[in-house]
Amino acid sequence: MASRPVPKIMKQGKFAPWFYLAPALILMFFFIVYPMFNTIGLSFRDSNGEGSAATLCKEEQACWGVFENYRYALTGEIDKTSISAAWKSFWISSFGNTIKWIFLMVSGTVIIGLLFAKLVDGIKHEGLAKAILFMPMAISFVGAGVIWKFVYNYGTQRVQIGILNAIITALGGEPVSFLTATGLNTIALVVVGTWMWTGFCMTILSSSLKSVPEEILEAARVDGANEWHVFTRIIIPIIMPTIIVVITTMVINVLKQFDIVYVMTGGNFHTDVIANRMYTEMYINYNTGRGTAIAVILIMAVLPFIYINIKRFMAQEEMR
Amino acid sequence: MASVTFKHITKKFGDFTALDDLNIDIIDKEFLVLVGPSGCGKTTALRCLAGLEEVSDGEVLIGDKVVNDIPPKDRDIAMVFQSYALYPHMSVYDNMAFGLKLRHIPKDEIERRVEESAKTLGIEHLLKRKPRELSGGQRQRVAVGRAIVREPKVFLFDEPLSNLDAKLRVQTRAEISKLHHRLQTTFIYVTHDQTEAMTMASRIAVMNKGILQQLDTPQTLYDKPNNQFVAGFIGSPAMNFFPAKLKKEDSTLFADCGAFSVKIPDEKFSTYAPHAGKEVIFGIRPEDVHNPEYVPVGIHAAPVEAKVEVTELMGNEIFLYLVSGASYIARVDPRTRFTFGQHVQVMFNMDNFHIFDPSVDKENPIAIR
Repeated sequence: MASRPVPKIMKQGKFAPWFYLAPALILMFFFIVYPMFNTIGLSFRDSNGEGSAATLCKEEQACWGVFENYRYALTGEIDKTSISAAWKSFWISSFGNTIKWIFLMVSGTVIIGLLFAKLVDGIKHEGLAKAILFMPMAISFVGAGVIWKFVYNYGTQRVQIGILNAIITALGGEPVSFLTATGLNTIALVVVGTWMWTGFCMTILSSSLKSVPEEILEAARVDGANEWHVFTRIIIPIIMPTIIVVITTMVINVLKQFDIVYVMTGGNFHTDVIANRMYTEMYINYNTGRGTAIAVILIMAVLPFIYINIKRFMAQEEMR
Repeated sequence: MASVTFKHITKKFGDFTALDDLNIDIIDKEFLVLVGPSGCGKTTALRCLAGLEEVSDGEVLIGDKVVNDIPPKDRDIAMVFQSYALYPHMSVYDNMAFGLKLRHIPKDEIERRVEESAKTLGIEHLLKRKPRELSGGQRQRVAVGRAIVREPKVFLFDEPLSNLDAKLRVQTRAEISKLHHRLQTTFIYVTHDQTEAMTMASRIAVMNKGILQQLDTPQTLYDKPNNQFVAGFIGSPAMNFFPAKLKKEDSTLFADCGAFSVKIPDEKFSTYAPHAGKEVIFGIRPEDVHNPEYVPVGIHAAPVEAKVEVTELMGNEIFLYLVSGASYIARVDPRTRFTFGQHVQVMFNMDNFHIFDPSVDKENPIAIR
């Protein structure tokens, strides 16, 4: 239907829309826009937010001038003695760990979520099954961290209270220190995040699965497709827009991941991630310059994904 | 190419019986139309044949093979759905090639078959488009194209024309008939539209409430309906029915409808005489009610007094809404000049009337012949 011009008597004045938007805009300005610019400003200053960051430069050391805090944020964790040492140290730095988190947790939550969504689809007590799968989402991250600390507990040589190690020792194995073994510990933390967020992905993917018309699936079956073909060649391509939104949403979530690391390892044993490092610089070391520089880097990393999400969202709105 | 057999098929959804002991033998290369009102089980029957529903009891055969436990993909059938069910993310070419790719047919063979089918359907210029860029009629062709490239044994159509506008529907109807002649394959077609059934079918299966009412050629169904349901369902406008009593006076039989009484022709005396005295349903089609001025020669005409309620000029004919005790419709000669409220005499063609006996099944009286 072609949209007809709105009759003049029904048109609102120029100011009316701004009037209605004003409360939201004012709130957003004071709590989002102003702090953001302030953060960017602070990231070019010293630890107290007073002098320029350039004054932090030391003799006979690399210096990025006013970007000194960024130099620290980006290269501070890297072992610069050799290329291989740099490579190795990068993958246990907060940046390397965040990349690991993104790849492992996003693929984990989306793939397992999609699998669960397909498995529960149309079963007898679908609602109940989904509620159970969604339940970890209802627990606070701190609570989840505490629960999983028990699961991963290394115990003492005599008593074993961690269920995983209890199983391993019962089977005759040696107990494993899940949270201190470098490499393994980040994976152990990712498992906690995946456990929490899979239900969220499942819920969104499940509703998009239901929007695929049954007749199309039947047509594929009559056309000669088995259930695997129906899933991979028909269902997944049709719900791809939703899958992409879930992926970008999860990437944003994972980039901001802080609670689990903070509660379970505090970023020690090479498990640090960007958000936790920002917190550490800001509130443990009281170095506002370095903390805000990391915050700005985090915002820059999140922005492209937010852009993709908004673009997708607008495209979907247009299709309506 | 294959025959299809429904052998004592029963399909239940919980307590609801969708198909009740359905028996149909569909001959190889036949165009069989399953017709009936919505909820009559015709689509369920088709879905049982496609393997999209499991039968509760009985056997479905394609050729001489029982296919009850064979999944849809291995039944060698193709189906055109009411919504067309095109794959929205694939181009027209890929939609048509999908089934062939799954069967690992060589690429050049797929290309050849898709292009050939596209050409016969006049959609070769659309092959690169996505379904959402097509009109309803074009989508319908793609759905048919997707079925014919597979060269299956049996084609199934589930109300494929119901989403098209009236003009396109008539055109597509003829095209599907042509396609059947060209492909020489078994077609099974589901519709609720008796016109589609009459115009395309080699045989029609009329269904109601999960039960097969009559399976016959279109002409036989029209001329000799087995029961009142078939008589009322086939033909448009529908057959007129009057509650009546068969009365015998000396050696003459009358159908007494209360407001009027018509004489049963002597040739049919012996057929109906044994039922004399019974309460029956008298049925006559609208085209067998004539204006006395334009009665065809050589028919047994019986005069009936009627009051005109509405006249509808169709151009080539006039629909009269008449009342003679009960109200009914007549299709009369366009020269007729009856007016609203006029009391007139019309002529019933007593060579083509139907008598139904409600004594066995009150809901659906069976024809006396």
